[in-house]
Amino acid sequence: MFDSLSGKLQNAFKNLRGLGKISESNVADSLRDVRLALLEADVNFKVAKDFIERVQKKSVGVEVIQSIHPGQQIIKILHDELVDLLGSSNTGLNLSGNPACIMMVGLHGSGKTTSSAKLARLLLKQGRTPLLVAADVYRPAAMDQLATLAKQIEIPSFVMKGETDVLKIAREALEFARANNRNTLIFDTAGRLQIDEPLVQELVRLRDLVQPQEILLVLDAATGQEAVNVATHFDQALNITGSILTKLDGDARGGAALSLKTVTGKPIKLAGTGEKVEDFEPFHPERMASRILGMGDVVSLVERAAEAVDEDEARRLEEKMRKGQFTLEDFLEQLRQMKKMGSLESIVGMLPGGADMLKGADLSKQEREFTRMEAMICAMTVKERRAPQILNAPRRIRIAKGSGVSVAELNNLLNKFNQMQQMMKKMGKLQKLMMKRGGGGIPGMGRR
Amino acid sequence: MGIFAKFKAGLQKTHAKLVHEIKRIVTRSPRLTAGGIEELEIALIGADLGMAMTNQIITAVKKAYETQGTAGVDVFTIASGEVERSLATGNAELIKAPTGLTVVSLVGVNGTGKTTTTAKLAHLIQSRGQTAVLAACDTFRAAAIEQLKLWGERLSVTVIAGADKSDPASVAHDAVTAANARHADYLLVDTAGRLHTKHNLMQELQRLHRVIGKQTPGAPHEVLLVLDATTGMNALNQAREFHKAVPLTGLVVTKLDGTSKGGMVVAIQKELGLPIKFIGLGEQPDDLQPFDPKQFAEALFSEKQ
Repeated sequence: MFDSLSGKLQNAFKNLRGLGKISESNVADSLRDVRLALLEADVNFKVAKDFIERVQKKSVGVEVIQSIHPGQQIIKILHDELVDLLGSSNTGLNLSGNPACIMMVGLHGSGKTTSSAKLARLLLKQGRTPLLVAADVYRPAAMDQLATLAKQIEIPSFVMKGETDVLKIAREALEFARANNRNTLIFDTAGRLQIDEPLVQELVRLRDLVQPQEILLVLDAATGQEAVNVATHFDQALNITGSILTKLDGDARGGAALSLKTVTGKPIKLAGTGEKVEDFEPFHPERMASRILGMGDVVSLVERAAEAVDEDEARRLEEKMRKGQFTLEDFLEQLRQMKKMGSLESIVGMLPGGADMLKGADLSKQEREFTRMEAMICAMTVKERRAPQILNAPRRIRIAKGSGVSVAELNNLLNKFNQMQQMMKKMGKLQKLMMKRGGGGIPGMGRR
Repeated sequence: MGIFAKFKAGLQKTHAKLVHEIKRIVTRSPRLTAGGIEELEIALIGADLGMAMTNQIITAVKKAYETQGTAGVDVFTIASGEVERSLATGNAELIKAPTGLTVVSLVGVNGTGKTTTTAKLAHLIQSRGQTAVLAACDTFRAAAIEQLKLWGERLSVTVIAGADKSDPASVAHDAVTAANARHADYLLVDTAGRLHTKHNLMQELQRLHRVIGKQTPGAPHEVLLVLDATTGMNALNQAREFHKAVPLTGLVVTKLDGTSKGGMVVAIQKELGLPIKFIGLGEQPDDLQPFDPKQFAEALFSEKQ
């Protein structure tokens, strides 16, 4: 809904162009929109208020550059400020002890066990010898889950099935690690509510025993206003050293990240971005800032495309397009790759301003059309796909019948394809021309 | 549009305001102060109701507050009444098929508590003197099957499971057959957690439901979306997308034993009209309770932080 934040701000400031400096009253209006956007992104209301005040102070008095919309200028200030707040110079893991110990803590279902396995895999790649310790003595089969994951990634796990004393598990795990030359222990603790005092005390005792170098709070990116309470309580009880944000592959705006960082001041170190063990990466403050402000998530879109599209295949297609040799066969290939990326709606939604475009538009109709196109091309022989000019009336009737469409619809497709081919040829020539001139792309394209 | 019609339309807002003000004075009602509105706004946003819903409720509360007369009802009582009314629609009872087996499918994103809710629901059904069979259709997450099996042992409920990473639809198929053979009243299908943005996983879920529907016409009779109360505004997206893929019949809100209020269900109920059927209040089998709109609404405003 707030993908239009940048658009809104630009509108609010339209009349400001060339006014010299941004004044307090100019800013107040647009910052109301920003506050709304932050709240819709699940930033805690107190955190949002403080943040707005900071931005207001920073932007008042800033000179408006003649050529830029003041709206864009404020967005830049907003974005920079967010990146500044979310980021931190100290995002590496401290693994100085021998063995080094890492404690994973958090609410139920935030992704501690999965993150533990992902972290172990990451550390293994960095040349360490991790040991996964199953310290969740409450949830049924939690230990099995860790053991199964450990086996999958070929990392040893320490499991004492049936044992309910976390401290005993920890003591024996430390011994096991020393005896087996494991230099990094990851303790996967049970999920608990931050207000459940006895269970939080259990964590405190575990911390005092193993003296971990890192205590990481695992938080679901879709967490709402509650993120502040969760972070505050866990930090107060355990003095956490950082956090991990999970489920970032969803479409939650992730305002919880800002709440979390603001109230604890501890760095967000890592991010979970998928269900597979390799979907784990360092936290990117810039991406998160864009996401919270609803400036589209082009990076994720590109990533999703990369996942679905075979790179060599894409290069081959591009070459063909440029040379004007793009056939119906290639078109079919493209249609299928697009399908792999997900529904049209979800793709357009990721573009900046995309959600706005989606309002009222029924893309499922377009999608059905793609399916019909696919059917028509499938009803052609390979020869016909490569040289559509041979399609005479009997052939067209056969194809239309075979794919359950009218001949008119088939003609329509062929016309469109023809036009497309002409366009591609032109584009190819244009590109060649520009290459010769040594120009770097079309000026005025690209947003930044 | 004639000139008078235009005038009329233009003055509508002013007119409404004026009428409201006169009503307020005639009924000798107090005026809602800016401070009162802000306090209410903070309570609503803090409970994850979202901006749009918050504004709607504030408008309604303002109207009711300023025309209440000298009754002296405070803002929060009125607000709680508003929320309660908006939630009190729909049938919140667990659906039962007129004859034979009733299939209940539990769906949702990762880590909301589907498996635990499945077990608790089985316990609830048992306590009503009916029988349930569980289908372990989360074949993706490591040890999800073991988790459900352990619950099955604890509650002495039959669990139908396949191998790890096997096809969930085939497990469901077997489970329906088994539940029918045992003349069970309910089959509870525990599905794998999936983000609503994953197109292929949502298709997998549709296929799972199709397979069940082919075996037992009209099944799954009940499709419950399990929502984590700590989730913020994204819950609305989750509900929307799941509802689009597999028409939902109700919601279960879990982890309400913490300090989270789960306010996003108000917005979901408003947009999709889905009844909240149960709430989860802990890790014990009997911690699943029928939803009570009055209690829920009061809890939203219980401690104004």
